[in-house]
Formats: sequence, structure tokens, C-alpha cells
Amino acid sequence: MDSKLIQRLIEAVVDRIVAAEAELTALDQAIGDGDHGINMKRGTGAVRAAAAELAAKPAGEAVKDAGMQLVMKVGGASGPLYGTLLMTLGKLWPDPLERAGLATAVASALEAVKARGKSEPGQKTMLDVLFPVSEALAAGKSPAAIKAVAAEAAEATVPMQAVRGRASFLGERSAGHMDPGARSSQLAVEAVCDVLEAAQ
Amino acid sequence: MSDKVGIVIVSHSPEVAKGTADMVRQMVGAAVPLAHCGGNPDGGLGTDVAKIVTAIEDAWSEAGIVLLVDLGGAETNSEMAIEMLPEERQAKAVICNAPLVEGAIMAATEAWGGASLAEVRATAEELSPA
Repeated sequence: MDSKLIQRLIEAVVDRIVAAEAELTALDQAIGDGDHGINMKRGTGAVRAAAAELAAKPAGEAVKDAGMQLVMKVGGASGPLYGTLLMTLGKLWPDPLERAGLATAVASALEAVKARGKSEPGQKTMLDVLFPVSEALAAGKSPAAIKAVAAEAAEATVPMQAVRGRASFLGERSAGHMDPGARSSQLAVEAVCDVLEAAQ
Repeated sequence: MSDKVGIVIVSHSPEVAKGTADMVRQMVGAAVPLAHCGGNPDGGLGTDVAKIVTAIEDAWSEAGIVLLVDLGGAETNSEMAIEMLPEERQAKAVICNAPLVEGAIMAATEAWGGASLAEVRATAEELSPA
């Protein structure tokens, strides 16, 4: 994977997350502790600041190091969760890059996120977006189709009741709002797919 | 280095972390290794893996350390911090499933008496509903 593509992917994901700061914060104020937007902005900002350095590394290393930046800079639970996702993905990154190897790496990375968050799909978290996306990737879907899967999956978290994290304290009252982690995952997936579509 | 189990307090709020540590100090004195941290990397509410690692090092004891944490992110970030320790230290750093203030005081009281890591943790966790 060439360094320009890595840099474009970083820029695209960071831009999308930073642009959504207010929305993510509003979602998190409804059912969490209201810091998801600012935390993700800080964490992804640190990745952007290191973009040139990351892009000069082999792709797997770059992904792993971006995960480490998130762990160190986010400041909330989403840091270790997104960080674990990227650090595991980077460790298992296929070289040369091909879809089946990437799909296996993503699936393993999601298992690591499940373990980190002690959570399963269906509990109103980022996993509810990332699992369907992982399946779509393994099934050979196009970037456009994967974006549609991510959007639908994020929407599907609205009626769910949270059982993990701050939102779980709200019990039934957590239903009726989209999960902020599901939304930030959807935005990141969309940004990656947009870059890949443009590169095709 | 102390032979007593150390206590690490991790809160989203630097003030809560410090206040809890002050209460522990007043109740059990200086014999128990104690460190606290709070706040995200910018100083706002949240937690910071690097600060947690430093606090663990500050309170380190060969008998081990227990971490008392407040909300979700404090726990996840503490788990990450433990994984960043040298391997031989990782098994000697445990997070207590206990309320922050009461847990820290109970754990410190137990540690002051020379209890083992497992005993200190169990005493703090008695405060949590089963």
C-alpha cells in the first residue's frame, strides 16, 4: 500500500470525525457522558499530526501506531477500544494486501475489541456497526455497498437498549438514540470507503 | 520500596482523585504506597493511559498494586496501562471492582496490615453487590 494512500485515508477519517464533533457529543450527552466528540477529535488529531511519519511506514505498522496514538490521546473508553481495533488489525495486516487476508485480520481485531469492552454485538455499541461491516468485507462487497451496510447498522442501534458503559445506567431510557460509538464507526468506515472508491 | 501492597486511584476528575488520596493518607498514614491520577491528556475530565502508567510506577511495590477506578473509561484505560507494564509486573497489578472512595480506603487499610494482593483486592470488592 503506497504512502500517499495511507495519508489520504488518515486525512479522510480524521476530517470526517472532526466535522462530526458536535453531533457525536450531542449523541453522547443523550445516553453517555458527553465527551465522545471532543475525545475523538483529540485522538484523531494526534493521528493526523503524525500522518507523514505514519505514511512512511509499512501499512501494518502505520495502522498499529495510529492505534497507539488513539490509546494515548483519546482520554475516554473509546481510546482503548478503537486503539485495540487498530493495533490488532495492524499486527495482522496482510502483506501483500488482499481482501481475504484483510477480512480475517478485521474479524480478529473485532474479537479483540469485544474482549476489551467485555461486550457482544446487540448491546448498542460500535460493534453493532463493525461486525456487519466485517461480514460485508468478507463477502466481497463493494465500498459503496459496505457504506450502505454501515449506515443501516448505525441506524439499527437507535431502538437498542445499552448494557455496557455509561449508557447502561439509563436502562430503557437509552433506547431511542443512536449509539455515539456506532455513529463514529460508521463515519470512519464511510471515509475509508470514499477514499477507496476514488482510488479505484 | 515498601513491602505493603500499593494503591492507585484513577478518576475522570483530578480533584476527585486527589481528594480520595487525601482521605486515604489521613486514615492510613504514609506506610502504604499511594498514587493518584485523573483527567484526560488535555487536563479535562477523562483518563490518560500515560498518567496511569506513571501512577502505577509511583505506587509500585513488590507485593503488587491495586487500582481503584471510577467510570468505564477509567477501567478500560487502566487495563491498557497494565498491559504496557513489563510482563513480570502485569500479574501484580489488578483493578478492583469496587466503589472508588470506599474501595480505596478499605484496600489501603487492609494493605497497611500487611495483607497480600489477593486479600487487599477481595476486601475492596466486598463493597460491591454480588
